[in-house]
Amino acid sequence: MTVPPSLDAALSPPRVGLFCTCLVDTIRPSVGFAAAKLLEEAGCEVEVPLQTCCGQPAFNSGDRATSRALAEQVISAFENFDYVVAPSGSCAGMIKAHYPELFTGEPDWTGRVDRFCAKVFELVSFLVDVRGVTHVDAAYPGTATYHDSCSGLRELGVKGQPRRLLASVDGLALVEMQDADTCCGFGGTFCVKYPDVSNAIVEKKAANIVASGADTLLAGDLGCLMNMAGKLQREGRAVAVRHVAEVLAGMGAEPALGMPATVEARAETARAKR
Amino acid sequence: MSVEITSPHFKANAREALADAPLQQALAKVGPGFIGKRAAAAGKLPEFEALRDSARDIKDHTLAHLDLYLERYEAKVKEAGGHVHFAVDAAEARDIITRICRSLDAKTVTKGKSMISEEIGLNDHLEAAGIEPVETDLGEYLIQIRGEAPSHIIAPAIHLNKEQVEADFRRVHTHLSPGRNLSEPTALLAEARGELRQRFLAADVGITGANFLVAETGTSIIVTNEGNGDLTQTLPKAHIVLASLEKLVPTLEDVSQLLRVLARSATGQEMSVYTTFSTGPRRPDDVDGPGEYHVVILDNGRSGMLGGQLREMLRCIRCGACMNHCPVYHAVGGHAYGWVYPGPMGAVLTPSLIGIEKAANLPNASTFCGRCEEVCPVRIPLPKLMRHWREKEFERHLTPAPQRFGLAVWGFFARRGWLYRPATRLAMGMLALAGRRKGRFASLPLAGGWTRHRDFPAPEGGTFQAQWRARKAAEADARAAKGAAR
Repeated sequence: MTVPPSLDAALSPPRVGLFCTCLVDTIRPSVGFAAAKLLEEAGCEVEVPLQTCCGQPAFNSGDRATSRALAEQVISAFENFDYVVAPSGSCAGMIKAHYPELFTGEPDWTGRVDRFCAKVFELVSFLVDVRGVTHVDAAYPGTATYHDSCSGLRELGVKGQPRRLLASVDGLALVEMQDADTCCGFGGTFCVKYPDVSNAIVEKKAANIVASGADTLLAGDLGCLMNMAGKLQREGRAVAVRHVAEVLAGMGAEPALGMPATVEARAETARAKR
Repeated sequence: MSVEITSPHFKANAREALADAPLQQALAKVGPGFIGKRAAAAGKLPEFEALRDSARDIKDHTLAHLDLYLERYEAKVKEAGGHVHFAVDAAEARDIITRICRSLDAKTVTKGKSMISEEIGLNDHLEAAGIEPVETDLGEYLIQIRGEAPSHIIAPAIHLNKEQVEADFRRVHTHLSPGRNLSEPTALLAEARGELRQRFLAADVGITGANFLVAETGTSIIVTNEGNGDLTQTLPKAHIVLASLEKLVPTLEDVSQLLRVLARSATGQEMSVYTTFSTGPRRPDDVDGPGEYHVVILDNGRSGMLGGQLREMLRCIRCGACMNHCPVYHAVGGHAYGWVYPGPMGAVLTPSLIGIEKAANLPNASTFCGRCEEVCPVRIPLPKLMRHWREKEFERHLTPAPQRFGLAVWGFFARRGWLYRPATRLAMGMLALAGRRKGRFASLPLAGGWTRHRDFPAPEGGTFQAQWRARKAAEADARAAKGAAR
């Protein structure tokens, strides 16, 4: 027999644990605030438990022991939430698609990990697929192109959701670049292990971004964004690079990634964070 | 070709490839050509995804019962009048082939395209034994006269352009008129065809690979687009099929399933131009065919893969879709990988065959973008298997020391949140201050790999976690103040 959820539970807002990701935590906290704002607007109660990293760098470097230890840390910190949401397809994909294999052969953990992973989502797909968000109350003047980050696209099926929400942003025109779903060459530690190959890949990506004519590049993963922003800026291109959550949350006035903060922008940031 | 292994020098190979203008021009065509054609072919077939499942299941089933199917296959080949030879390693396979050639007093051997022949370095070995090998697949012929290895498993000369081929033909075909016009691809094709025609007729033995070995009938199957395979195997006195043991498939019905995904995944064709079935030598009432039929089945480390995680790699049907969709392959081409098999399938298979010590670069040189797995017709989880090799490398302490050290330091902090959070806050505060004016860094200590090619964005300052807690505390204070004021 299934127990019907209590009326109380059905009516109270879902508690979401925001897994901010280590890059957002350290490089661009605004994305964390944008994510929290979007989640709150979608009727969620947002909390940010103490956290470090999902363990992906260790996992992809073959260090299973460290990645398992970090996975355990994440599960313990987040398993009591209704949902766990990350503004990154890469980190959410690491948890959802790969945590189970870190605990294979550990019957004490298997059920617990599976239950946990079922609650983990990438931010924009969570808003659209789980919370049924169809539009956002935001404006952004300009033409943007969206890069499909690999893990979000291929491990979690993030493709239509960000485009659908971006279409509802006032003043924003969305144009598709060629090969939007081709890797940008970041690849985590790959970009520093094989810098020349990574550079050749991001050069092609930058050319496609520029050829699209967009003044803004958006994506859902800060790692890819830092790679593409760094390349575009090294080439002297005037393309503003932002996480998609910033634009959806109406925080598109912040200085773009890799751009200096103006006095006005700093004041704006301070206001938004109050 | 030689099987000299340069995989340990992948980085240098890659740099060289990136600076090679003709190669880069050739590679620029790989992606758009193959990717679009595969997508169109798959899109036209509603059951394509279901066929991929079926293809995976057929191969899994075969691998689970490989011993039985090998026995059945051997019995069927013998029944048809052929011979089956099992070779544990490359040396044994080469010796078996040389022995057969010598028994027929062979001077010339024509060859259909075979990656196993590349794997065992057969041509060098035949030449050393005084037997002339002649590659008859156009791409293989081109790399043979250039003394190169293939750079792609189905398009071995994809790294070459028309001008390079013309220059090679003028260098090698010196008996032809120097004034001949070779500017058109059709002229190059006609010249190759004319040259090879003589060789087909003169050959004593024909060696081909196999796309499938059918246990039910003892049949070997090749798929080609040039028809060279047919001439190679029907004209000479003997036909030798050289194949690795994972080419086994139970029945012709299974083959017909696999063929439906093979060409579509490879070139976007519904079927290759020729699909040739060979069962045994010429029968008394046959109008043509070889007098002897031999199959050399190579293990070379594969049976060791059967019991473990890498077994899934043995499903591979060599379509090349993984490399056709790989951003790293698109950037550096096949030769940079430094041995016989390039791209994602090579990154998994090569360490199994030559050892992870020599091939460690290959499974590491991937962004894990997952596109290879997305298009693999037999659903091999290539990124997972590359990660498997990274784990083996890490376990055996083969990971380069700076990387291992960096990982250990990061792991130490990431496992201790109480240290991690103040440390990142301090570091980001300093970085933010240093990068405040420009918003980014053109160079950073310890980040040369990054800043050699791109700027590094300055952090905003502070960490999200610290700012969030400060905001929550401020909100709580405001609420408390409001409550007190009431």
